Amino acid sequence: MSESLRNNGRIWVPKNKGDRRPPNAIPEAERDYYLERKYPSFGNLVPRDVASRNAKEVCDDGRGVGDSGLSVYLDFRDDITRLGRDVIEARYGNLFEMYNRITGEDPYAQPMRIYPAVHYTMGGLWVDYQLQSSVPGLFVLGEANFSDHGANRLGASALMQGLADGYFVAPYTVPDYIASTRFTDAPVNHPAFNEAATRVDDNLKHLLGVKGKTTPREFHRRLGHLMWDYVGMARNEVGLKKVLSEIPALRDEFWRDVSVPGSNDYMNQSLEYAGRVADYLEFAEVMALDALERAESCGGHFREESQTPEGEALRDDENFAHVAAWEFTGVGTAPVLHREKLDFENVHPSQRSYK
Amino acid sequence: MVAQSRPILEGSHSAASSMKIKLKVWRQKGPDADGKLVDYTLNDVSPDMSFLEMLDVLNESLIRTGQDPVDFDSDCREGICGSCGIMINGKAHGPLAGTTTCQLHMRTFRSGDEIVVEPWRAEAFPVVRDLVIDRSAFDRIIVAGGFISVNTGAAPDANAVLVPKQNADMAMDAAACIACGACVAQCKNASAALFVGAKVSHLALLPQGNPERSRRAIRMVQQMDAEGFGSCSNEGECEAVCPKGISISNIARMNREFTKASFGGTR
Ligand code: SF4
Ligand code: FES
Repeated sequence: MSESLRNNGRIWVPKNKGDRRPPNAIPEAERDYYLERKYPSFGNLVPRDVASRNAKEVCDDGRGVGDSGLSVYLDFRDDITRLGRDVIEARYGNLFEMYNRITGEDPYAQPMRIYPAVHYTMGGLWVDYQLQSSVPGLFVLGEANFSDHGANRLGASALMQGLADGYFVAPYTVPDYIASTRFTDAPVNHPAFNEAATRVDDNLKHLLGVKGKTTPREFHRRLGHLMWDYVGMARNEVGLKKVLSEIPALRDEFWRDVSVPGSNDYMNQSLEYAGRVADYLEFAEVMALDALERAESCGGHFREESQTPEGEALRDDENFAHVAAWEFTGVGTAPVLHREKLDFENVHPSQRSYK
Repeated sequence: MVAQSRPILEGSHSAASSMKIKLKVWRQKGPDADGKLVDYTLNDVSPDMSFLEMLDVLNESLIRTGQDPVDFDSDCREGICGSCGIMINGKAHGPLAGTTTCQLHMRTFRSGDEIVVEPWRAEAFPVVRDLVIDRSAFDRIIVAGGFISVNTGAAPDANAVLVPKQNADMAMDAAACIACGACVAQCKNASAALFVGAKVSHLALLPQGNPERSRRAIRMVQQMDAEGFGSCSNEGECEAVCPKGISISNIARMNREFTKASFGGTR
């Protein structure tokens, strides 16, 4: 659900592990409003990475709620009493309805159950100040590039970046590129075109030719679990090293055992999907590698080895005040790391605190 | 945004027992192929699954047994992209009001139910395969006029252009249209009036939409006709199935805009 809900909801779990009573039957004294307790000044409004990590922590501690034990309560009771149901409905009516559709529960009458999920991703394709990628003439705008976001990348910051790139940068840099470049004809019989078309065609035939036993969705699910467990809200060296051996193994298995029905002479959704999963199996590896290489915590990237005594993300500006740009060198071969130093002239990075 | 009050559904969340669902699904290999309804039975459907997750489960079992999965479109699966429309028992997006197919959950049905699953049917929305239809007619209507032209490079201050709250709310409600095409699918004339009405209204209600207002109304309506959508005969089926609660008053506004533009507006 949308992050905005935390403006009027209070997050809690039962104080006691394994308390299976329905939420409204749990008395006030037996509830742990853990964000309010740990971050008295920011409370339920701590940034997303902090809120997410804390939700995971209480669930790992056995105090999560719902059938799966993988959720925490987001409770609107107090603000419904204070402001009235109308006000809450005017603010979040559509979200409450969405929640109701998914769960069959009425969030006006009982707390929502929430759990962090993958939403936006940090980073993206490398671009220069003109927003041009390392492929000449390929400009990358908005969330697809790596350039602008803070410790978190949320809907609003991704939107801001899309607007800023689209309004203020690309209208100058793209025409400049077009005006200052001499283009030669690139007809479809160009050798580069043929080469690319052949490569795509071979790839599709390869996917269809495996004729294994495991569906693309099954591979997707398994990769997702690996990423969730080891490259998720909290990472550590042991886990990252483990996943860096498991991803290539899963990729090998995919190419030995994927089952893609049909052919490539019509719109084949399973084939499209298999192609995406093949991409993910490559990309997951560089994400894990980057997380391993960056042995500091930095915003949403939380390395367990690098935290303050209070359990907050601890940066290491001495060694990691840089952008890590990874150059692709082929599937299964190590990418090359390019470090781009970050200079801070006016505003200097400091330790966040939400206490 | 004006909160659209739709009923909060009563339901019990439980690790409820699994359901048995009988499906009759439209299978069609390509735009020119003949299609037919094919029966499938799923014995282990969780009431917490969405309708599309139920189809995912069907497809996994079809692939495992060497059959072609049922193709259908979806993307966001949270009711905002508009790509997932399916006819469910003759109703666009299924039985629940204000709900896209992806937001419909199996607890709406009962174990043992038979569900007929078909693509949108309209001349302007040709079937691509199975439940996938080609909605590019909508894109061409938008290209004809569903935009505003602005200079990039500098943006005016947000509060420099004043918009009355009531207009902002009405424009926002019209902008909620996700271009799913349910209105067309349910209409016996296959009219796109609700969709075009929503798009024309959204921009006509805002000052930013004013410079191209007349041209927009004329071009979008002309394109709608050129795509082969039928005419509106005020049945109201569209409003009844629209997952975003778009009001048919937007059709009246589109007609006014078009008439005004035809008499003297600039093209
Ligand atoms: S008006 Fe409603 S039914 Fe029609 S396309 Fe828009 S959202 Fe879909
Ligand atoms: S999948 Fe996006 S609206 Fe249903």
